[in-house]
Amino acid sequence: MANKTLEARFRGLRREAERRVQERQREGVPTISIVMSTCALASGAAETRDAIKETLERIKVPARIVPVGCMGHCYAEPLVVIDHPASGFPPICYHRIDAGIARVVIRSFFEDGDPSFEYVLGALEENDLVPPVTQFPRFNLEERVVMELCGRIDPGDIQEYIARGGYAALARALDGEPESVIDTIERSGLRGRGGAGFPTGRKWRLARSARSERKVVICNADEGDPGAYMDRTILESNPHQVLEGLAIAAYAVGADEALVYVRAEYPLAVKTVQKAVRDAEACSLLGRGVLGTAFDLKVSVFQGSGAFVCGEETALIQSVEGRRGMPRHRPPYPVEKGLWGRPTVVNNVKTLASVPPIVSKGADWFRTIGTENSPGTAIFSVVGNVKHPGLVEVPMGTSLRKLIFDVCGGIPGKKAFKAVQIGGPSGGCLPERFLDTPIDFDSLAQAGAMMGSGGMVVMDQDSCMVDVARYFVDFTQKESCGKCTFCRIGTRHLLVMLDRITKGEGREEDLEIMETLSHDIKAGSLCGLGKTAPNPVITSLRYFREEYEAHIRERRCPALKCRALVAFYIDLERCARGCDACVGCCPVEAIFTTKGRKKAIDQQRCVKCGECMVACPPEYNAVFKVSPPERAPVIERPPENGPAPAGNP
Amino acid sequence: MIRITVDGKEIQTEQGKTILQACLENGIYIPNLCFLETREQPRASCRLCFVETSDAERPVTACTETVRDGLDVRTNTEAVRRLQRTAFKLIMSAHHCTPKTCPVAKPCQLMRIARHIQVGLNPRPLETLERDVQEEVDLTFFTYYPFRCVMCGKCVDVCRDRNERNPLTFAKRGFDTVVTFFGSGASNLPCDDCGACVAVCPTGALIPKPPPSES
Ligand SMILES: Cc1cc2nc3c(=O)[nH]c(=O)nc-3n(C[C@H](O)[C@H](O)[C@H](O)COP(=O)(O)O)c2cc1C
Ligand code: SF4
Ligand code: SF4
Ligand code: FES
Repeated sequence: MANKTLEARFRGLRREAERRVQERQREGVPTISIVMSTCALASGAAETRDAIKETLERIKVPARIVPVGCMGHCYAEPLVVIDHPASGFPPICYHRIDAGIARVVIRSFFEDGDPSFEYVLGALEENDLVPPVTQFPRFNLEERVVMELCGRIDPGDIQEYIARGGYAALARALDGEPESVIDTIERSGLRGRGGAGFPTGRKWRLARSARSERKVVICNADEGDPGAYMDRTILESNPHQVLEGLAIAAYAVGADEALVYVRAEYPLAVKTVQKAVRDAEACSLLGRGVLGTAFDLKVSVFQGSGAFVCGEETALIQSVEGRRGMPRHRPPYPVEKGLWGRPTVVNNVKTLASVPPIVSKGADWFRTIGTENSPGTAIFSVVGNVKHPGLVEVPMGTSLRKLIFDVCGGIPGKKAFKAVQIGGPSGGCLPERFLDTPIDFDSLAQAGAMMGSGGMVVMDQDSCMVDVARYFVDFTQKESCGKCTFCRIGTRHLLVMLDRITKGEGREEDLEIMETLSHDIKAGSLCGLGKTAPNPVITSLRYFREEYEAHIRERRCPALKCRALVAFYIDLERCARGCDACVGCCPVEAIFTTKGRKKAIDQQRCVKCGECMVACPPEYNAVFKVSPPERAPVIERPPENGPAPAGNP
Repeated sequence: MIRITVDGKEIQTEQGKTILQACLENGIYIPNLCFLETREQPRASCRLCFVETSDAERPVTACTETVRDGLDVRTNTEAVRRLQRTAFKLIMSAHHCTPKTCPVAKPCQLMRIARHIQVGLNPRPLETLERDVQEEVDLTFFTYYPFRCVMCGKCVDVCRDRNERNPLTFAKRGFDTVVTFFGSGASNLPCDDCGACVAVCPTGALIPKPPPSES
């Protein structure tokens, strides 16, 4: 390094961190890592931790218990890793460890030397005793750049991050000119992961050349898409990689102030980042005179109050300034005139977390991952009808098919794939024939969906596409800031039409009105919310038009989803005489006994909850669901039997 | 001075003006509801002032684009009218038009726009939408009629200009957005009843209340 003070300072930090980490390993006590991110806590990780502590105390085994962040395997939570070199076993990852199983696993591991194979997910290292996790496609098809250390280190311990090579990229950046950092990022081809894919290097260069004494860098962790939780997880699991990226960005553009904008509904992320900022300041990695250089950076954490539109950069800035979070016309772009009128760079969490590896390993290395126009990795939170939902990080260019079927295990319950919604409420629903589409900014946009910030919902044959479109439009119209005409009123019209179609009251002309209106909303809206809100409608109309038509023309919901368009009936041939498994479960006493001592459903009373279908024993399977409702045979209730028909007491 | 062409006619204007300003000052009407001369940054929320220019492929809002020498502007292309008509119909689907009882002098802004873009005052083929709000809302010094309000935001903007704060503001989101006061009760409101908002409202959605009687 050219700057000797900087080099000495950083080397000192690094040595100290390595020494501390090694010291812990030398103690010879086992390390038990428990995933403690929000997803794991929701599956009972806190109870698991307590059970482990209690069991260890009872059997008098000293151990270091380390809370770690999310590994991305949300389907398998709570996850626990036992790392005890003295046992002869490699570090073993256990899955679905509730408090009860935890007690069993701990006892048999430490008392009997038995690793309880039935609960093992896999070993974290290659070995001869326990099958390694890398045998699973979920592990070996992924490529981790941003999430490499997520779930592997204690997010609350800056030493672990530094010992693993953390903050070396910042030291390296500070040793050179800001311009050369921008050159590296530009050459790497990194595109913003917040949705639009704007080239990060270009954004930084614009901010750098903006003439102003004071500039600001903002990390956008607002993450409002329903079903998306990548940014939260990264902040909870490895906050320092994001802060390091933020500091490099600030140095590159010449900012002395930075802000992490996190929604207040993410309390654990807020707490984790706040602590990370304090720890980094204590190590002179943030704050005044970073690592002994002339670079100052004040970092604060701002808690947003959870409006989807506040993820839009101009609305975000307004809300930090204490105003109502409403987007404004651009230009001027934030890089010219942003927070408090200063040139401001707004970057997504994943964009910033990609920066340190690029600075450390080089632009050319980054370009070896992903595609020509979308280098690097894509992170998705995959939810819906897949066997292994959770967070995945794959190289850009991976096909949707590979992601859904190989990495995430495909559709459970022998059901057929129907559609995948990518890009959250602003994205589109793609049918089966798009499964070979590569995941990158341009291919997805071409298909009518978009990368968005990484939400992905997989749907099987039982999803009604009209209902899905209705769900997303309901979300965007509620979250519209109400400023401009097209979005405020136009999305409400879309919702009203979709609502009535799912109720079987759709009109033939609705489809055409929806189509024209959707295009006008896209063309006429002020901000990205309105410009993309009709995408689910446009794509589902394009790819699943026959479903809309069935709803309108035949009052039929092909997926048997829309309540108003289905009916339940009991097949008298299959119904077992004298069985009354269904009767008690009906909340409205709609099930009565026929003359032949079988059961039938009073369609006037039935609220279509489907409980009887669940209650009917599998050997009879006598309850059927049909659409349109007229297809259910009508069976008269014998006069002497049960309550009188509804509305006729 | 620079020259621009609007619908084939050359006009003179100054650097720094927006297309909308340049046109209005030269007697060329472009439909608009949210434009306020005094605002530093355009609100750009009514989405009625679309024009096509030689600089862009798609229609742009005239209140946000600044002029440059030689710019060619078209105010009445098919694409422009399509967006304007949809925007206007959307507004009318949420605006209860009752010419007989409406206190605004006729022809009002909305009538003028309808005539200019050649559509009726009804929202067809869109239907009239109902909002879950009261017909009249008591805002201490005024009565607010949500069904007349077109959310142009002029009242909120003039209020901020005069008071440097925003006693008058928007509340709620999306289709339910309304104009309201922060706080209540005449004595603790940071409003001195200047009436600027009432004066600027194009639709009669804000009507001053008669002064309280002495008794
Ligand atoms: C309605 C709306 C919501 C958005 N929400 C987010 C968000 O939650 N997180 C985010 O990073 N970007 C969000 N964006 C994109 C931001 O405006 C901005 O483009 C992005 O933060 C830039 O970062 P990048 O260059 O790293 O992608 C949103 C945009 C819109 C229009
Ligand atoms: S498009 Fe929607 S969210 Fe964006 S400014 Fe207009 S009303 Fe607000
Ligand atoms: S009250 Fe009048 S001025 Fe205020 S937003 Fe509504 S229409 Fe515009
Ligand atoms: S005047 Fe331009 S959008 Fe309202």
